[in-house]
Amino acid sequence: MDQFAVKVFVRLRPSVLDPAGEATKSASIKLGAEGIKSLRIGKMIEVKIEGNGENEVRGKIDLLCDRLFANTVIEDYEYSLEKL
Amino acid sequence: MDNFTVGVVVFPGSNCDRDVSWALEGCLDIRTKYLWHESSDLSDVDAIVLPGGFSYGDYLRCGAIARFSPLINALDEFVKSGKRVLGICNGFQILTESGFLPGALVANKNLNFICDDVELDIVSSKGGWFNNVYEKQTIKLPIAHGEGRYHCDSDTLKKLVDNELIALRYKNNPNGSSFDIAGITNERGNVLGLMPHPERACDETIGGTDGIFTLKSLILK
Repeated sequence: MDQFAVKVFVRLRPSVLDPAGEATKSASIKLGAEGIKSLRIGKMIEVKIEGNGENEVRGKIDLLCDRLFANTVIEDYEYSLEKL
Repeated sequence: MDNFTVGVVVFPGSNCDRDVSWALEGCLDIRTKYLWHESSDLSDVDAIVLPGGFSYGDYLRCGAIARFSPLINALDEFVKSGKRVLGICNGFQILTESGFLPGALVANKNLNFICDDVELDIVSSKGGWFNNVYEKQTIKLPIAHGEGRYHCDSDTLKKLVDNELIALRYKNNPNGSSFDIAGITNERGNVLGLMPHPERACDETIGGTDGIFTLKSLILK
């Protein structure tokens, strides 16, 4: 069995308003940071997972992302995978 | 009707389960039974309420973890049989996360947790959830939520409008919901999800009785 470290990024779809991102953008500007055009907040999920090769693990992660980690009505996801 | 029993689901983190039970039993004389989320035996209840609260701490997303409980897995057959399911607040979030109702509930536009009484237009009579409101087209119910902004894509919204699935709309949209949506039903009409709390408006002494009608509708066939 191979072990992989997976980083899943879940983001609100561009069409979904992100009020927390807007509030953080506003605070960033108050801090004095210049030039911020947009700021949106997402989630990062780290998973260590075993499987027989990368393809099998990708299958498992795809299922997890699609059914649990992200709500695809409002969120997109992508992930990176590193063999340990 | 004497034996009609409404199942009130209890998740870890539910906090309106007792209120729902009190309103049904105390104000409407309808028998209730608490259903622990790990139970999948729904054979002795005739309708189900998914109450408000913070199921599983609202971890990941509101309602996302509850979706995988044995009880929600068993709910599919229950809904297909035509029995009634009412999801209030967190219960509405669970119904969208689990695919019983379309769309999603996301953080309020102004990020505030809003606790207020709101006026609502009754839009559709599908399922008969509001049929007995004595011709009243506007009702007042309490809301209490931080993540109650209803969101769906334009195709879904068109389907909701065309099929008369929008049950309630806010008169003065408090949270930025698409199309002012406060509650929707499934196509058959036996599943209703709404952000306002009808169980908190069942007695004149605590702020109104406009919620009675919706709870009473649970016993409709």
